[in-house]
Amino acid sequence: MPGYAERVKVFGIYIQGGPIGVVVATGGIRRVIEFRAVTKRFEDGTIAVDELDLTVEAGTITVFVGPSGCGKTTSLRMVNRMIDPTSGTILVDGKDVLTVDPPTLRRGIGYVIQQAGLFPHRTVLDNVATVPLLSGWDKRKARTRAAELLEIVGLDPAFGKRYPAQLSGGQQQRVGVARALAADPPVLLMDEPFSAVDPVVREDLQNELLRLQAELDKTIVFVTHDIDEALKLGERVAVFQTGGHLAQYAKPAELLSAPANDFVASFVGRDRGYRTLTFLHADVPVHPVTTARLGERVTITDWTLVVDEQNRPKGWLSGVDGEVEVAEKDLISGGSLYDGTTLRGALDAALSSPSALGVVVDDAGAVTGVVQAADVIQALAKARAAGEVPK
Amino acid sequence: MGWLFDPAHWSGSTGIPVRLVEHFGYTLLTLVIGALIAVPLGAFVGHTGKGGFVIVGLSNALRALPTTAVLILVVLWAGLGDFPVYVALVLLAIPPIMAGTYAGVRAVDPVTVDAARGVGMRESGVLLQVEIPNALPLIFGGFRGAALQVVATATIAAYTGAGGLGRFVFDGLALQDFGQMLAGAVLVALLAVLVDLGFAGLQRLTVSPGLRPVGTGGKR
Repeated sequence: MPGYAERVKVFGIYIQGGPIGVVVATGGIRRVIEFRAVTKRFEDGTIAVDELDLTVEAGTITVFVGPSGCGKTTSLRMVNRMIDPTSGTILVDGKDVLTVDPPTLRRGIGYVIQQAGLFPHRTVLDNVATVPLLSGWDKRKARTRAAELLEIVGLDPAFGKRYPAQLSGGQQQRVGVARALAADPPVLLMDEPFSAVDPVVREDLQNELLRLQAELDKTIVFVTHDIDEALKLGERVAVFQTGGHLAQYAKPAELLSAPANDFVASFVGRDRGYRTLTFLHADVPVHPVTTARLGERVTITDWTLVVDEQNRPKGWLSGVDGEVEVAEKDLISGGSLYDGTTLRGALDAALSSPSALGVVVDDAGAVTGVVQAADVIQALAKARAAGEVPK
Repeated sequence: MGWLFDPAHWSGSTGIPVRLVEHFGYTLLTLVIGALIAVPLGAFVGHTGKGGFVIVGLSNALRALPTTAVLILVVLWAGLGDFPVYVALVLLAIPPIMAGTYAGVRAVDPVTVDAARGVGMRESGVLLQVEIPNALPLIFGGFRGAALQVVATATIAAYTGAGGLGRFVFDGLALQDFGQMLAGAVLVALLAVLVDLGFAGLQRLTVSPGLRPVGTGGKR
């Protein structure tokens, strides 16, 4: 849209700001969801949720995680009255949900489900426009808003004319998220939204959600059975135990370092010590490294890191004595790269590198040095001594 | 086939065009009345999931009724005319339409229905905006089945003295005029094909391209 459109870059995506006055996020409205002694007993007598007391803080991603049959989905669905509790109270922003007519309540709460649940007979654009249309917006305004939403969730607006069956699973789920966001609800409920897509796409969608949340600042309740997903996305994580008990409600780092009971300990997994590193951001000393470019003639004495024109790592060179010409075929491919964020990244870079030296890169991907595993362990000891590791 | 192409049979109040229109009229009105009864019933039971046994029982019972017997029974009760014809034909049309609607609504992916409720549609919206549009292919299947049966069976209207293409069949039989009988049968078959084509066209117009099998449409 040359001429009048202004493109603003927010968190790596472009948001089109046209003359219509696009509102990306209302912000400001913050909701708290409170469960007070909530119990759900089904007709057959099984107790899905048992005396749940829990407060979801405004503007956070709170993850409900647990094995199947632990009541996590039932708890989520009671927030928008897809299921009504047997006893207890659920408050959204201080208001008892049971006092609100379900369809009205649901229009104010975004809802994303597994396999997206798009309407197969409607175009992608009309799917996204569903809630605005139900809320009485006129068709043009609803469609304009829907087209914006497609961009916000990272889809080409040209997809708007297609039907759901013509999209991949990952694309359908993006549309599902766009549909939930269309009326800009302050609360978003996500019921295992990414469990039906392959791992690579799932990671994309998770990163996309974190990016969106940084921008939109919603109160999100996210249900999953995947502990890795829970630890990655959740600011607070509620671990549910079979029988509908809340076993622990804590920040991810605390779940890993101080599980409340054996169930939580086994559920968060055996390498939780290693995972704890994900939540530590201590400084690790960065050592200088010998680098060389392709085609250069160099004298190799020790492990040498080969880089490209932009100083980005290509691979390692070793085991050749004397002066050689650096050639692609001699390169030993490297391990993971450390971007200076978490101790886990630093340790993994060092452990996965053929030279035992973890390559450190800056935001542009250029090499700034290397880290060693021993330094990470030392940094961990220091963090522990300073009380940064939760007990 | 001489009878069929004799120009004398193509004009007048008892000619082929008039009989065709009469026959088509019986079919159309029967399907409209049948739809008004069968679609709401099938949709309601399909939507609520309650009373499926009623659909199955009613369909089977109606299918077991011999149409001619029904016709004679209603004639005895209400006298000759179009009314007994419609009663018999509507009873014939109801089972396939009702079964198609019921099956179509039941077959909508529960995830889609859950999403419809979850985004805040009322029950009427879930049914009218999501379940019915997605059930249309099967509903049309029911209608097309019903239409074929009604076109074929509407010949019995002539049995009670009413019109339609059945006139040629019954009159031909009485007069031992096999040319006329054959012409009646051929015209009934032709009308059945035309009605089915009409439904096919209507189906193309009303069923969302998103519901066509992937690769055969939808892209415009």
